[in-house]
Amino acid sequence: MLLQRTKITFFYAAVWAFVVIVMFPFFWQINTSLKPPDQLYKMPPDWLPSPVYFGSYISTFTKHPFTIYLENSLIVATATTLYSIVMGALCAYAVARLQFRGKKLILMLVLSVSMFPAISILSPLYILLRDFNLLNTFEGLILPYTTHGLPLTIWILASFFKDIPAELEESARIDGTSRLGAFWRVIIPLAAPGMFTTAILVFIGAWNEFLFAFSFMSKDIMRTVPVGIAMFPGEHDIPWGDISAASVIVTLPLIVMVLLFQRRIISGLTSGAVKG
Amino acid sequence: MEGNSAVMTKETAAAGKKLLNGRRQESLLAYVLVAPAMLTIGLFALYPILNTIWLSLHELKLNMPYLGKPFVGFTHYAALSGDVRFWASLWNTLYFTFFSVLLELVLGFAIAILINRSFVGRGIVRAAVLVPWAIPTVVSAMMWKFMFNDQLGVINDLLVKIGILDHYIAWLGSRETALWSIIVTDVWKTTPFMALLILAGLQVIPADIYEAAKVDGATRLQQMIRITVPLVKPAVLVALLFRTLDAFRVFDIVFVMTGGGPANSTETLSMYAQTTLMRYLDFGKGSALSVITFVCVLLISFFYIKVLKVDIEKR
Repeated sequence: MLLQRTKITFFYAAVWAFVVIVMFPFFWQINTSLKPPDQLYKMPPDWLPSPVYFGSYISTFTKHPFTIYLENSLIVATATTLYSIVMGALCAYAVARLQFRGKKLILMLVLSVSMFPAISILSPLYILLRDFNLLNTFEGLILPYTTHGLPLTIWILASFFKDIPAELEESARIDGTSRLGAFWRVIIPLAAPGMFTTAILVFIGAWNEFLFAFSFMSKDIMRTVPVGIAMFPGEHDIPWGDISAASVIVTLPLIVMVLLFQRRIISGLTSGAVKG
Repeated sequence: MEGNSAVMTKETAAAGKKLLNGRRQESLLAYVLVAPAMLTIGLFALYPILNTIWLSLHELKLNMPYLGKPFVGFTHYAALSGDVRFWASLWNTLYFTFFSVLLELVLGFAIAILINRSFVGRGIVRAAVLVPWAIPTVVSAMMWKFMFNDQLGVINDLLVKIGILDHYIAWLGSRETALWSIIVTDVWKTTPFMALLILAGLQVIPADIYEAAKVDGATRLQQMIRITVPLVKPAVLVALLFRTLDAFRVFDIVFVMTGGGPANSTETLSMYAQTTLMRYLDFGKGSALSVITFVCVLLISFFYIKVLKVDIEKR
């Protein structure tokens, strides 16, 4: 009995130690973002802000074009998600339901593309975008990002579509609906949760991407959030208060999203995409 | 009889024709549906990868357009083979990949085993696991850079307070500790995620196998070695493959935390290639570095798929 209780106590201690370690950087980030400037550069660091100071949140928006970064990221990530879902769903339907030659080849191709290191296609993409005048444009990021979103979308959605019983589709077709009509009216509504899951994953991926955004967007007003934050440090000083405030602003919506769609994200990640 | 069979063949032929038409229509539809995705992938992934190889065989400096784009064969590769900085970056990449993936695997497995049971607050733990994964890598790297700061950083303060250190250390400023600081950051960011994938693998194992083993008198350790490890292995290997590839192309963390320094001691292949391309605008040499990164990734995938027999299709 006593042994059992010690075991349980030990178990909970281990679990909470894990949670504390994982969450500590966020605590520290919020902590730093609320410290007044003189306390920020104090050593050793204080463990709590006194008094609580919101100035860093204001200067994040006034000293840097942070609103524009947020807008850019939102536009790029949303468009990437829409493109990937539409094109990926059509492709996944063909792969899951139709008989045609070269299906296996397409799946292997898509899978191998998901393994490409981004750096290995950076130079030609830069030249391609330059020649089409797409550097410093949203399209210049959306199109390459879609290539990353598509493999994920195709693999996850194909497995979702396969799980939907073919009889449902057939009965719709006997009632006189065309193949695409059945896809639209039967498959899409049934696969909606899967589509939603995929959309979250693609969105997060596009929102967080750094290498292409950093290389293709040289104009300050075209930068996305990760690049914008990485560029906060000036030549002589690093504005830790602003960086922390900006990080908190970016982190909070993602934490809310993760908490709300936890189950979906986990099922999506484990059903088709190990890729982070 | 003869007439009958003639009718039969006629009918079968007609049906066959109809079926064939149906098949043809079906594959036509399939190609139409597949086309947009394949065109995008072709133009923004396949064409670039071939073009990178082609560029790596040329001299091309974007800041000196008057030099043109002469074909130089394997000159860049030959030059890189004698380039100390290249070998150092390859070594750093391998070192980083090996240790971060190893730590992630060991810690991830331990955490997965720990949380593979129902307990109060399991939802919170799962959410805590996902948060570092969802945050932009750049933001995590920034957070850790501040924590690792030699003067203002909380890590020094903490370690001195508990008595592990007696003086502050410039974690990111010295060759001995910079790469390990980056490894710690990466492990923090991705271990929870690894744990989640292993947990998913664990939960697929039916509970009655353990019951049967218990009845047969197997100890906890035996159950672990004989049941858990073999059954969870496929899921773990797939996770490992993708984590290894991910770690191998590390860029964001290094860029933010050290910029490759001090004295290139944390420079990885992606970092060296990106700098060569976008800062020095040397597209020939930069492309050669990109191709080498790509070939390494191919070799890693080959190793996992052929040697460890990962079944990537059944994930």
